[in-house]
Amino acid sequence: MFPEYDVIVVGAGHAGCEAAASAANLGSKVLLVTTNLQTIAQMSCNPAMGGIAKGQIIREIDAMGGYSGIVTDKSMIQFRMLNRSKGPAMWSPRAQNDRMLFSATWREMLENTPNVDFYQDTVHSIIITGDRVCGVITGLGNKIRSSSVIITSGTFLNGIIHIGEKQFGGGRVAEKAAHGITEQLVEFGFESSRLKTGTPPRVDSRSLDYSKMEEQKGDEEIVGFSYLDFKKINPAKQKSCFISYTNTQVHDILRTGFDKSPMFQGRIEGVGPRYCPSIEDKINRFSERERHQLFVEPEGWNTVEIYVNGFSSSLPEYVQFQALRSVVGFENCKFFRPGYAIEYDYFPPTQLKHTLETKLLGGLFFAGQINGTTGYEEAACQGLMAGINAHQKSKNLEPVILKRSDAYIGVLIDDLISKGTEEPYRMFTSRAEFRTLLRQDNADLRLTELSYRLGLASQERMDAVLAKKSNTEKIKVALLNLNIEPEEINPYLNSIDSTILLEKQRAAKIILRPNVSLQSLLENIPSVSASLSSYSKQCIEQAEIQVKYERYIEKEKELVVRMSQLEELIIPDSFDYNKVSALSNEALQKFKRIKPRTLGQASRISGVNPSDVQILMIFMGR
Amino acid sequence: MLGKLSNWDDTIVALSTPQGIGAIGVIRISGDKAIEVINEMFPSKNLQEQASHTLHVGFLKNGNEVLDEVVISLFKSPKSYTGENVIEISCHGSPFIQEKIIQAIISKGVRMAKAGEFTQRAFLKGKLDLTQAEAVADLIASNTEASKNAALKNMRGGFSNSLHQLREQLIQFSAMIELELDFSQEDVVFADRKKFQELISTLHQNTKRLLQSFALGNVIKNGVQVAIIGKPNAGKSTLLNTLLNENRAIVSEIAGTTRDTIEEILNIDGVLFRLIDTAGIRHHTKDSIENFGIERSLEKMHQADVVIYLFDVNEIDANELKKREDELIQNNITYLLAGNKMDLDESFSKEKFSSFHNIIFISAKNNSFIDQLKKSLVNVAVKGDLNTESIVITNTRHFEALQKLNIALQDVQKGLDENIPADLLALDIRQCLYYLGSITGEVTNEDQLDYIFSKFCIGK
Repeated sequence: MFPEYDVIVVGAGHAGCEAAASAANLGSKVLLVTTNLQTIAQMSCNPAMGGIAKGQIIREIDAMGGYSGIVTDKSMIQFRMLNRSKGPAMWSPRAQNDRMLFSATWREMLENTPNVDFYQDTVHSIIITGDRVCGVITGLGNKIRSSSVIITSGTFLNGIIHIGEKQFGGGRVAEKAAHGITEQLVEFGFESSRLKTGTPPRVDSRSLDYSKMEEQKGDEEIVGFSYLDFKKINPAKQKSCFISYTNTQVHDILRTGFDKSPMFQGRIEGVGPRYCPSIEDKINRFSERERHQLFVEPEGWNTVEIYVNGFSSSLPEYVQFQALRSVVGFENCKFFRPGYAIEYDYFPPTQLKHTLETKLLGGLFFAGQINGTTGYEEAACQGLMAGINAHQKSKNLEPVILKRSDAYIGVLIDDLISKGTEEPYRMFTSRAEFRTLLRQDNADLRLTELSYRLGLASQERMDAVLAKKSNTEKIKVALLNLNIEPEEINPYLNSIDSTILLEKQRAAKIILRPNVSLQSLLENIPSVSASLSSYSKQCIEQAEIQVKYERYIEKEKELVVRMSQLEELIIPDSFDYNKVSALSNEALQKFKRIKPRTLGQASRISGVNPSDVQILMIFMGR
Repeated sequence: MLGKLSNWDDTIVALSTPQGIGAIGVIRISGDKAIEVINEMFPSKNLQEQASHTLHVGFLKNGNEVLDEVVISLFKSPKSYTGENVIEISCHGSPFIQEKIIQAIISKGVRMAKAGEFTQRAFLKGKLDLTQAEAVADLIASNTEASKNAALKNMRGGFSNSLHQLREQLIQFSAMIELELDFSQEDVVFADRKKFQELISTLHQNTKRLLQSFALGNVIKNGVQVAIIGKPNAGKSTLLNTLLNENRAIVSEIAGTTRDTIEEILNIDGVLFRLIDTAGIRHHTKDSIENFGIERSLEKMHQADVVIYLFDVNEIDANELKKREDELIQNNITYLLAGNKMDLDESFSKEKFSSFHNIIFISAKNNSFIDQLKKSLVNVAVKGDLNTESIVITNTRHFEALQKLNIALQDVQKGLDENIPADLLALDIRQCLYYLGSITGEVTNEDQLDYIFSKFCIGK
């Protein structure tokens, strides 16, 4: 019934969909297997993509030729560029999305991708021959063969849902959990553990009083996520979010449910994310705070369903309901469904290689929550990389690994593989040592060419990058050559309280001033607009960032060079650490378990001292 | 995180012989700038023009100050241990002199080498093959272990507390900046710039204080400061000469400029003693202690770690000595009473001073009981708990790291003054964390996140 595939992707969430897309676009024959084909690419939690660090990741996925950026652009109902007041490395795109449109757009894009087959069934086990995986076995008993398998199980592996004292199996509310894979892999020698996450209640928009809340509108300009140029939504039509707050009365009501809380009563064993606490956790840990912010987020264009961001809870549903009704604007609120907590299996990611292939089983790849991460963007980028590497593996091609200085994706995977994680891992910009280089405005300049050479990013993308590069250079040259006379610019400088010029100065120098932007010069100084008017806004912004922040960008580039020397020293797979008697015991254990790929990675493993790395280097030979 | 291992395109320096006082010590410098830097300090010859594998004798100077008379071995890249330009300075075996030389070299932009770094470079430049490298690996391991122990020893007491405090403050500062960046959308109160100014100036002050504590307080770096005081004609000059003449072996006969800065260093049982105000004693200058009464020379005495109160046994009685001793005790001064000229009167008896404890009797002129004086000096000054060997080197590392931290903090301060965006400020703060991390252990992103999550209610 089934042909032999190059790659089978198990699960069709953000990781699974990107994995199927990248492997298929590279030319692999792909099967996407999932329990329910009606729920692919679900936004199981909040209906939003991007945000700080996460927005940068979507831009990187897009630059590599993944789909998340396009899908987000096509299904957004609101766009904001966060952190505009900070330096450009912090600018972070974020969108509210139409949940159903998001899912439908993903399915449509995958259906239009050659080489992707679909099949609805639950995978119960994988087929293992020796130390290689060579297919999957489904609940219906189908054996499907492939040279690689990518597991993207999300919260479905042995998922248990908690609402107050009730608990039941499930991978998402109203969806069955999956069993079998964890047990089989543990039997084979894998280590697995439990994590926990949660989601807030959904309510009926018609039951809320928005006049009592603060409105949060979208930006006037929609930058979007994809570097491909297509029509964005009309900014005037964006949907607003609203802000309200809990109060002491709400907190008192919530406390009445603490004796039934699965978290406080110890029924939940999995570790939850510290930065994504439930409302009961917030009032418990920060009892001095009299209110907590809630975001009222619409779930789409054509629905009244509302996501109550900030009110994640696993207290009994009637406690959630009563408490929420004491929030200003929620007095008459009607529930669509209560919040809940969910526990699920993950496999500590130190068991993976940088390709996301498991060390124990050749051809078996993991991506997303199974690796201990949280977030759509974190999952999607792992899916992308697992898809690429599963393809490379099945075609006997070189692995593709992004460095920490290439992309947030590189930081994320290297962190997972080198340090592991004990709570759901989320990306923060502070995790990247080269934050100034890894910006949302230059992901295409960083990654598209690499992906194009692989055969993933399209010609159209590559052409756009080349044009952007050359135009940016032209603008930089123009800025260096354009001398602005005092009489032309001084009235403007006066108006913004900036020191006036006494003699003419190059435009490139003037835009180094902190309160002068190139955009404002374009609008106010005729000679600037005359020489730059033919360029796109995107290129002008790019040139400005490169000129204005050159000192910092160069500083980080030097650090990259410094670090890269260690990154280029590869440790052979066969290296025998036991021979190195001088290593500290802790380092020895960690090296043997994690098997660092390079000396650079070895130096980042927690508990490893510089001296351990030096000793290693000497023994390693080159 | 930033370059946990250092780059190897810069120039490094370290003491290559074991710590402590031997006849000579070898300081090794490796890197592109090795020859250039030492050439600046070596006026006798232009080293840049000399052939590889040659020896050169001369004075090593830091500006006008002569540091030591040394032998320089010159190895030009690639024919050297590390494959880079290498200079080995053979100097006198005093930790103080070695320390001064290393400090001077560091001040010219050379970095203190980490344990095993010369070997690491040799390996990277392909100068060592695997078998050779294996042989030195054990050595490196033991060095590392030793430096670990040394660091631990150094970390006892107040120094450790200050560093710990500094680390906490820096983590707090960086976490508050990161809070603004990663959690700008959260409903938390962000610190204003004034708060940052306060924090950074506290950090700056604490760093400077630590730096100064090296300059002033460290017995090993500066030696034990000794003042010889006493009435005119008690025999101070004679004692001084006797003590110094004993030590010609380690003190170069250097004429002129530096006589007063280096020469008055005594090495007794591996402990360095610096005799202060010796110029005053020798030249009977106007402001020498000699011309003050003991009351008026209190200031000088307070500078000293140990005071030798020298008196003429034939001139002073027990009552008067008791008065002097009481003054020393009142002023909380560590002292040694030394009765001189015991040879003048053959019937001299120690009996009349039998009520004193910290007392010895000598004849400076006849060199009698000078060894006993020295032994007493060591006992009084060191109280038997000084590990000279390890503290020197770790201090140099710490000193260097703190100096770099100090400079990096200035960058942060400048950024704050110019009101640059917080993410760029964070770039400079990461440098600070890196330098402090080299003393206190690495400060990771997790340390910052721990701080943020423990202090602020984050998350929707």
